[in-house]
Amino acid sequence: MEDRSQKKSASNVPDEWFVPLPKEEQRETVHHKGDSYWRDVMQRLFANKLATTGLILIFLLTIMAIIGPMLTEHTYRSQSILNSNTAPNGTYWFGTDELGRDVFTRVWYGARVSLFIGLAAALIEFIIGVAYGGISGYRGGKIDNVMMRIVDVLYGLPYLLVVVLLMVVMGPGLFTIIIALSITGWIGMARLVRGQVLQLKNAEYVLASRVLGGSNNRIIRKHLLPNTSGPIIVSMTLTVPTAIFAEAFLSFLGLGVQAPVASWGTMANDALGVIQTGYWWRLFFPAFFISLTMFAFNVFGDGLRDALDPKMRK
Amino acid sequence: MLKFIGKRFLWMLVTLWVIITVTFVLMRFAPGSPLDVDDVGMSEQARANMMAHYNLDQPVIMQYFNYLKNAVTFDFGPSMVTRSREVSDMLASGFPASLQLGLVTLVLAVISGIILGVLAALRHNKMIDYVTMFIAIIGISIPNFIQAMLFIQYISTQFDFFPTAQWGTWRHAILPALALASGPIAIIARMTRSNMLEVLTEDYIKTAKAKGLSNFQIVVKHALRNALLPVVTILGVLVASIFTGSFVVERIFAIPGVGQYFVESITNRDYPMIMATTIIYSTIFIIMMFIVDVVYGIIDPRIQLHKKEE
Repeated sequence: MEDRSQKKSASNVPDEWFVPLPKEEQRETVHHKGDSYWRDVMQRLFANKLATTGLILIFLLTIMAIIGPMLTEHTYRSQSILNSNTAPNGTYWFGTDELGRDVFTRVWYGARVSLFIGLAAALIEFIIGVAYGGISGYRGGKIDNVMMRIVDVLYGLPYLLVVVLLMVVMGPGLFTIIIALSITGWIGMARLVRGQVLQLKNAEYVLASRVLGGSNNRIIRKHLLPNTSGPIIVSMTLTVPTAIFAEAFLSFLGLGVQAPVASWGTMANDALGVIQTGYWWRLFFPAFFISLTMFAFNVFGDGLRDALDPKMRK
Repeated sequence: MLKFIGKRFLWMLVTLWVIITVTFVLMRFAPGSPLDVDDVGMSEQARANMMAHYNLDQPVIMQYFNYLKNAVTFDFGPSMVTRSREVSDMLASGFPASLQLGLVTLVLAVISGIILGVLAALRHNKMIDYVTMFIAIIGISIPNFIQAMLFIQYISTQFDFFPTAQWGTWRHAILPALALASGPIAIIARMTRSNMLEVLTEDYIKTAKAKGLSNFQIVVKHALRNALLPVVTILGVLVASIFTGSFVVERIFAIPGVGQYFVESITNRDYPMIMATTIIYSTIFIIMMFIVDVVYGIIDPRIQLHKKEE
């Protein structure tokens, strides 16, 4: 009896109900603004003293990188042999190197180089990594399999060694560094994005969006990317110190930016020759500021990760 | 399990092949070679002999197969700069120092990293926790070559106890190993700490406490074992960072190791040497990654390796 009544009621449903909505146009237009989540994140971030310190330091270092070289009458390349290896004083705030070049100006010029490389590397890594990982995870199946096998092989290579090899071939220079870092750097990001997309693409809200006629494009833009943005931003933040370290490392090996351009790595390398002579400022200032920059980005990235991690929410 | 190891082994071989091939191709494209410079006016015959000496007179594809064959047997031919010496001999002479330094660094990093991480977790939000995290942040922030130089400038020159520019006794190894290890120590300590904090809240820790086990037993037998599992996975990456770090640290401390040769070969564009060093380091790294994956599968029974990995 029951079966029959159910059948009957099912047949009572008007047929119009089963006509699918036209795609895109008549989709539900109510969006959730979603800014309360980010407000939460910001609150947690600024409650973290170390992360806030990092953010302020990044801000100050950026300002100084822009205006620092203009604060003195010396340029990063102007030499003054008579004043070679002068200790810090009123004219040369951080002293001079063996060619009489002003260390203060060179340190902030090096900050420009380092921050530029860090940001460029993070941006390129973001573009390639998100595109590659996104396609791989979203498409799935064979495409995913092939794309990930390629990544697996590349992931098995020692990162910095490959960068060194690329630099030997491409020759030293600012842009070759960025290219070399980009060729190897996107792999981690691609894996991260793919993992996130795989996890999210079967989530119920994605299914709901699809049922309501959301296109692939819309699903990726409105649902997948915003929900993976946390880990992506953290990964980008932490790429910056990695890239800055890589630049300094390459410059230290003589594969980085070329003289007379100053970078923290080349300045440290130049200081190696005078390390036991008492010209302490030659090493101290570039060493201090590269460490400060790495510190700032690392603690800020960590703080960001903690702020975004839902596990920390109480 | 065996199937996984076999599959993983095959992938290891593919990765090895890729790095060997990539190195070969890149070095063929690399500009300039020590043979181009003939300031002494090299005769045609001499140049031809030279090319034959380095196997450069054959078609590229033959060079490639020769190279592949030789790479398997670690025979990389003569150096282009020190022409009378074989690359393999030079590397062999530098290998002991590098190996010693690398092992000391790795042991130092793993042991002190774990101890610091555990102490920090057990005294969460107490003094030692803050101190450990401070050390960890310093270790990550100061690049290893900067640390090495700072050590020389501020420690070595003040205390005769730490000699530089020599290699022999254990005292020579302390500062370079410390400079190399501090980054890995920081990473291991942070990871151990956060894992321990997570594990210590688990129910089985409460059970262990309720059974009346001593704190030591709980920490070592129940918590640490689970907390250390993820640490195993990053060992491969850490070894790689110790390798690359050792290039510069060996140069700074003038340690007669492989890293020295590598840096010199980059400056001199000694391609056979660059290729050989890259391949040897990559091989060690790739084998490490393989071992780490397999070991991880063995020590963590929760992982089902034969299932498709995500």
